[in-house]
Amino acid sequence: MPEWGGSANLARRFAREIALTQPPPIRASLFVTCIIDQLHPEVGVSVVRVLRRCGVEVDFPEGQTCCGQPLYNSGFTQEARKLAIRTLDALDGSEYVVVPSGSCGAMLRVFYEDLFADDPDLLERAEALRDRVYEFTEFLTDVLGVDTLPADGPTATRTVTYHPSCHLLREMRVREAPQQLLNNAGSVELVELPDAEQCCGFGGTFAVKYPHISEEMLADKLASIRQSGAETVTACDMGCLMHIGGAISRQNLPVSVQHVAQILDGGEG
Amino acid sequence: MAEVATREFVPASQAAVRDEQLRQALRRAGSGFDGTRREAIAEVTEDVWEDWRQQARSIKEHTIAHLDYYLAMLERNVRAAGGQAHFARDAAQANAIVSEIARQQGVRTVTKSKSMVSEELGLNHVLEEQGIDVFETDLGEYIIQLAEETPSHLVAPALHKTRGQVAQLFAEQLGVPYSEDIEEMARIARVALRQKFLEADMGISGANFLVAETGSLVIITNEGNGRLCTSAPRIHVGLAGMEKVIPSLQDLAVFLRLLPRSATGQRITSYMSMVTGPRRADDEDGPEEFHLVIVDNGRSRLLQDPALRESLYCIRCGACLNVCPIYQRVGGHAYGWVYPGPIGSIVTPGLVGVAQAKDLPNASTLCGACRDACPVQINIPRMLLHLRRQQAESDDTNQRTVSDTDKALAQGFATVMSSPWLLRLGRLVGRALTAPLARSGKIRQTRLPLVSRWTRARDLPVPAGRSFRDRWRDELSKGGN
Ligand code: SF4
Repeated sequence: MPEWGGSANLARRFAREIALTQPPPIRASLFVTCIIDQLHPEVGVSVVRVLRRCGVEVDFPEGQTCCGQPLYNSGFTQEARKLAIRTLDALDGSEYVVVPSGSCGAMLRVFYEDLFADDPDLLERAEALRDRVYEFTEFLTDVLGVDTLPADGPTATRTVTYHPSCHLLREMRVREAPQQLLNNAGSVELVELPDAEQCCGFGGTFAVKYPHISEEMLADKLASIRQSGAETVTACDMGCLMHIGGAISRQNLPVSVQHVAQILDGGEG
Repeated sequence: MAEVATREFVPASQAAVRDEQLRQALRRAGSGFDGTRREAIAEVTEDVWEDWRQQARSIKEHTIAHLDYYLAMLERNVRAAGGQAHFARDAAQANAIVSEIARQQGVRTVTKSKSMVSEELGLNHVLEEQGIDVFETDLGEYIIQLAEETPSHLVAPALHKTRGQVAQLFAEQLGVPYSEDIEEMARIARVALRQKFLEADMGISGANFLVAETGSLVIITNEGNGRLCTSAPRIHVGLAGMEKVIPSLQDLAVFLRLLPRSATGQRITSYMSMVTGPRRADDEDGPEEFHLVIVDNGRSRLLQDPALRESLYCIRCGACLNVCPIYQRVGGHAYGWVYPGPIGSIVTPGLVGVAQAKDLPNASTLCGACRDACPVQINIPRMLLHLRRQQAESDDTNQRTVSDTDKALAQGFATVMSSPWLLRLGRLVGRALTAPLARSGKIRQTRLPLVSRWTRARDLPVPAGRSFRDRWRDELSKGGN
């Protein structure tokens, strides 16, 4: 063991070398989520573009499909395990895993541990994954230290309101990151959503199992969105946005719906 | 035991969301309670609040883990103070104990303060069949007794009623002039009840806490009626679920900070009564006999299941109901039994059986608001998931209630997701099937089962022509976009 105190020269040389080498780029694997992959690929494209703009080396492990959350939430843990193992296989080697969804992110970060509680090997892998998983906006602020992401597109200001999805808020505990990024996005004026932290009523299969309750919650969320006066409503979860956006489109409301990544990517509403 | 209507959750909740009066009542009460709760927390600061919650949680963890020990200590100390402790395995036994005491003592009139356990047991009914007059003295309980209804909230039993409905009820049932003034309504009830307090031979109360080291029963109210029930009649019967025991008075202090703030946003409750045994030789008043009935009625099943055990930490503050988006839309009665809302969706299946209450654990978006509000940090979403898992996978066929269709759908989904190739195939098939139904990429109407339950209020996107992974392979992986 060299003693640092006794080898000042070596220490100086070492320091100089560090200064000379560029920091290696941060590498992150995208877990795109099955909803984005199959129904809203454009959101995934925006995620990649924003990450690359921040200097991240993005890869997409192609073995991934679905994290298993819809099954897990319905009590089918045997089936959920199969998909979760597939996900672990796909993501085991990643430095960071970025998930553009609070809900799927919560599955990876929080619920895999419950799912694998009875299997030490899988639990160990789940725990290793837990520490590398970040929701997209959380990754930008907490890992990359991004504070401002000037929109890479039109600068015309538009009003945007942000719906904090429940799993992002109360499972992943991400509250500030998306709002901070939106606030600093340049092209955006963030306006307050009344009763923002009320669930929108999506809840995965809940939306079709109990549509009469889901629709009541949705109606209140739409009323809040209207009340905010925003031109665009955004969130970090395509599940909630499909539900909210599905009703906006049904009712022909003059509000556009975008994932936060699309706004940060400078997309127009 | 109280009637169980938990199988009717779907029709009951469908009716509830269409009930305009209920909507009004829920809106006012829900936001009111939750607003004051948040203010009360802000006042002591989040950090302090978290400390208190943690303390309360540890006390409950410890006590429930050593429940047999503390119940034995409680029983010893109730007896040492001159009272009698009874253990009831189930509702029938608890009811039999109380009705036997009443019979032996020739009881004709009972006054009651609020007790959820007595609702759970269906005790009033049993006593009435015995020819005893039972009078609820908590204002909310009094209202629903007049209306012949059941409570719809843990703390505010008549929360489902608007002020106008109560005024109407009083005018009809008591022959008083119609008045929507709360003070006036409380006064009317007081006058109607005063005579009963004097007549009653037996007072029945619930218990917010049972203190093992002193053998005390603690009740917390805002009306003072509880105190009259426990001190004026010659017999006092306290009813409590066995999870209500806490070790010491020091522990009580922790809960006295949490309960009023969580329930109503009050810093301190208006009345706290501690009852330790019957009247002593030098007491001026108080009952001649004190009985404590400690009720199991399914709680030991919850205790045995490590995944559900923490539901016994509940102090019935109602905060989870006040923040629950489902409870706030459907009200308490839709849940079909005594304990509604998020905690009810755990406790009810536990006490009446999972198969009887299939919908309750599923009728939740798992939004987590309940867990954040709970003063003892009960992880309600996790327990809901556990109950869903039992429904889908339990070895016990009584508990495995999932339908074959749901099972097949789950397996189908798992298969499609089991490889990128099948997923691709699934998308293309899905697209081929749905694209003809769509206009500008959206499905507006369809008769397809399940899908139609989505599209009745929302458009649905058609699966993308090119998936993200296609675009990754073709463009993004090569640096383009
Ligand atoms: S579960 Fe928690 S929040 Fe709900 S009533 Fe019980 S103690 Fe209160």
